[in-house]
Amino acid sequence: MKTDIILAGVGGQGILSIASIIGDAAINENLFLKQAETHGMSQRGGAVQSHLRISDCEIAADLIPLGKADLILSVEPMEALRYLPFLSPEGYVVTNTTPFINIPNYPDVEAVLAEIEKQPRFVAIDADKIAAEIGNKRASNVVMLGAATPFLNIEPEKIEAGIAHIFSRKGEAVVEMNRKAFKAGLDFAMANK
Amino acid sequence: MQKNLFLGVEAIGQGAIDGGISGVYAYPGTPSTEITEFIQANELALQKGIRSKWSANEKTAYEAALGMSYAGKRSMVCMKHVGLNVAADAFINSAITGINGGLIVTVADDPSMHSSQNEQDSRFYGKFAMIPILEPSNQQEAYDMVREGFELSEKLEVPVMVRITTRLAHSRAGVIRSEVLPEKEVVLPADPSQFVLLPAIARRRYKGLLEKQELFEKTAKKSKYNEYIKGEDKSFGIIACGIAYNYLKENYPKDDCLYTVLKLSQYPVPQKYLDKMAKHCEEVLVLEEGYPVVEEHIKAAFKKDIQVSGRLSGALPRDGELNADLVAKALGKETQLGADVPELVVNRPPALCQGCGHQDMYKALNQALDKYTKGRVFSDIGCYTLGALPPYKSIYSCVDMGASVTMAKGAADAGLIPSVAVIGDSTFTHSGITGLLDAVNDEANIVVVISDNESVSMTGGQESSALGKIESICTGVGVDPNHIRVLTPLKKYHDMMVQTFEEEIAYDGVSVIVFRRECIQAAAKRLRKEKKMKDNPNK
Ligand SMILES: Cc1ncc(C[n+]2csc(CCOP(=O)(O)OP(=O)(O)O)c2C)c(N)n1
Ligand code: SF4
Repeated sequence: MKTDIILAGVGGQGILSIASIIGDAAINENLFLKQAETHGMSQRGGAVQSHLRISDCEIAADLIPLGKADLILSVEPMEALRYLPFLSPEGYVVTNTTPFINIPNYPDVEAVLAEIEKQPRFVAIDADKIAAEIGNKRASNVVMLGAATPFLNIEPEKIEAGIAHIFSRKGEAVVEMNRKAFKAGLDFAMANK
Repeated sequence: MQKNLFLGVEAIGQGAIDGGISGVYAYPGTPSTEITEFIQANELALQKGIRSKWSANEKTAYEAALGMSYAGKRSMVCMKHVGLNVAADAFINSAITGINGGLIVTVADDPSMHSSQNEQDSRFYGKFAMIPILEPSNQQEAYDMVREGFELSEKLEVPVMVRITTRLAHSRAGVIRSEVLPEKEVVLPADPSQFVLLPAIARRRYKGLLEKQELFEKTAKKSKYNEYIKGEDKSFGIIACGIAYNYLKENYPKDDCLYTVLKLSQYPVPQKYLDKMAKHCEEVLVLEEGYPVVEEHIKAAFKKDIQVSGRLSGALPRDGELNADLVAKALGKETQLGADVPELVVNRPPALCQGCGHQDMYKALNQALDKYTKGRVFSDIGCYTLGALPPYKSIYSCVDMGASVTMAKGAADAGLIPSVAVIGDSTFTHSGITGLLDAVNDEANIVVVISDNESVSMTGGQESSALGKIESICTGVGVDPNHIRVLTPLKKYHDMMVQTFEEEIAYDGVSVIVFRRECIQAAAKRLRKEKKMKDNPNK
C-alpha cells in the first residue's frame, strides 16, 4: 500500500499543518513516510507545495514522480491545477473552491472551477463557507483534511484522533469545533466523490 | 525503537547535539537555518547549555567554531552555500591548521535556486580545501553522519564538511536516535604552532594535508556510507551521489536494477572503486545533485577509455535539481506524465506582506527619484529585494550581501549621482559596515537606506545582530550625525519621508536614512510568544 499526495496552496495558508496531522497519523500506524516541504522565499505569498508519501514499505525519493500522485489536496483552486502533471490517471483532485487572490492577474474564478470540473475524479468543496457555518473561518484547512480523508488509506478515526490531539491544548470547545469541521469535510467528500 | 519525524535539517541538529557539540555557530540562510533553530529550542541542548546564538555573518561564525575546536571542544558551523563564500578564507585555511576538537562544517546547497542567487556546489569547496565530505542520501544518514562526524574529524585532524541540498534539508522522514555522546573538556592542541600559519609553518602543515589525502581516500573506501553493488549486467555502471541514490532507487521499486551501482556518500572518491568499475564497465552514468564534480573527476581518474555520461554529456540537464523523472530518462526508461497545466494558470510570485514597512519606504523612494533617470538604486538581499518586482520596480541590483553600499559607492565614483543603496538591518551588520567605512573615508556622495525591520525576516524572523545598534555603528564609522536620519515608514509620514530623501540626495556626502518599523510577521510571532509566556509562565 502506498499513497502519494501533493498538498498545494499559497504561502501562509497553512498546508504544512494539514501535512503534519496526516504525517503523525501515519507514523502512529507504523507506516513509512517522507514529506518534502517548501520553506524560504515562496512562503511570502508564493505558490507552495508539499509532497507527502506514505507507504507500508520503505520510500526511496522525497519527491513524487510525475504522473504518480494518488491525490492532489489543494486549499486553493488555481493551485490545484498547477500540479496536474503529477497526478496519476487514476488520481483524485480534492480542492477548496474559495480562491486566494493576491495577484492582479488572477484568472476568472468560474473558468478555474470549470477546469477542475473537467477532471475525471475530483471533489470541489467550499471549505471556507463550511468552516464559517461551523463558526470558525480558520477551520477551513480541517474541512479540507476531512474531504481528503477517504483517499488517504488511513482510517478516519485515526485522523480525527490526531486533530483532537493537536487542538487539545486549546480546550474542549476548540477540539469539538474542529471535529465538526473534519466531519463536515468527510461527509461532503463521501457524498460527492 | 522510536522514530522521530525529522526534517533533514532537524536530523542534523539532533545529530550534533547527540554527537557531543558544545557550540553551534551560524548565520541564517535557507535551507540551513532550521539546524540552528532546532538546537536553540531543544530541551537537551538548553539543559547542557550548548552555545547557539546567531553570529553576525558566516565568517565570524566559522572562526568562532574554529576557536572552540582549538580549545578542544566539538563544534559545528552551519550556513547556506553562498555563506561559504563569505567564510571561505577561514574555511580553506582551517584545513591547513587542522582542528583540535571535532569540527563539522554543514553547508546547504540550493540547486534550482528555490531561495538563492546561484546554485554553486559546495563539494567544489570541499575538494578545494582537500577535506573529507559527507553527503547523506537520507535523513537517517544525515543524523548518523553528523553524530559520528566529530570523531571522524578528530581522527583525521581536519574539519569535515557535511553537504546537503534543499530537498533533504526540507523533507521529513523517520529517524532513529542513538546514545548521546559526552562533550569534550578544554584541552589545548598538542602542537602549539599548529594554528600559526606563518609561511614556514604553513608549508609544513600544507605538506601534511597533502600526505593525508591517501588516508582520507582509504577512509572513504571503508565508509559504511559508500557501497559498491555488483550488478548482473556489468557493462553499465552508475555512480549515485548523496540524495541522487534515492532517485535511482525510485526507478527500481522492486530492487531489480541489473547494473553495477556505486552509492557514493563520502568523499574523496575512492579510486579502488573506480578501478573495479573500470575493469568491466564500458559506460558509466553519474547521478549527482549540483555541478558535474564527480563526472569531471572520473573522466580523468578512469585509466582507460570509458564512456562517461551525466550532466556534462547531456544525459541529465546541466542545471537545476534532479528528480526521479530526469534519472529515468537518463536510464532510458519510460516516464509517465499527468495532464498538462491548463493555460489559465498564472505564476504566483512571492511578494511583500500587506502593511510591510519596506513598501512605505519604496513608495517614498520612488517619488523622490521620479525626476531622475532610472537605474540608480542598488540593493541587497532580504525581503526588500522583492522591491525589484511590480508594483515597485525600485531597485536595480541584488548581488551578494553588503554589495548595495559598495556598488552605490562605485557608481557614484563613476559619476552616477544621485546613487542610492537599500540594505536591511541584518545585511548591514553582516557585510555593510565595512563598505560604509570605505564610503566615509572616500567622502562618497551616496544615500544609504537602512530599512530596519528589527529582524532577519527573509529567513523567518531570527533575531538581528543590528538590533538597537545601527545609529551608533554609523556614527562610529564616521557618518556625520546630521546626516543620519531616522524615520518611521508609515503612510501618514509619506511626505516627510520624501522630503528627507530630497534633502539627503542634495547633500554631497554619505547620508544614512534609517526606516525603522518592526516586521509585521516578526511582531506577530513575538506577540504569540509573549502570550504563551503569560498563559504558561513556568514554561
Ligand atoms: C551570504 C549569505 N548569507 C545568508 C543569506 C540568506 N539571507 C538572505 S536574505 C537574509 C536576511 C536579510 O535580513 P535583512 O537584511 O534584515 O532583511 P529583511 O529580510 O529582514 O527585510 C538572509 C539571511 C544570503 N543570501 N547570503
Ligand atoms: S516578512 Fe516582514 S519584512 Fe518580510 S515582507 Fe513580510 S512584513 Fe515585510
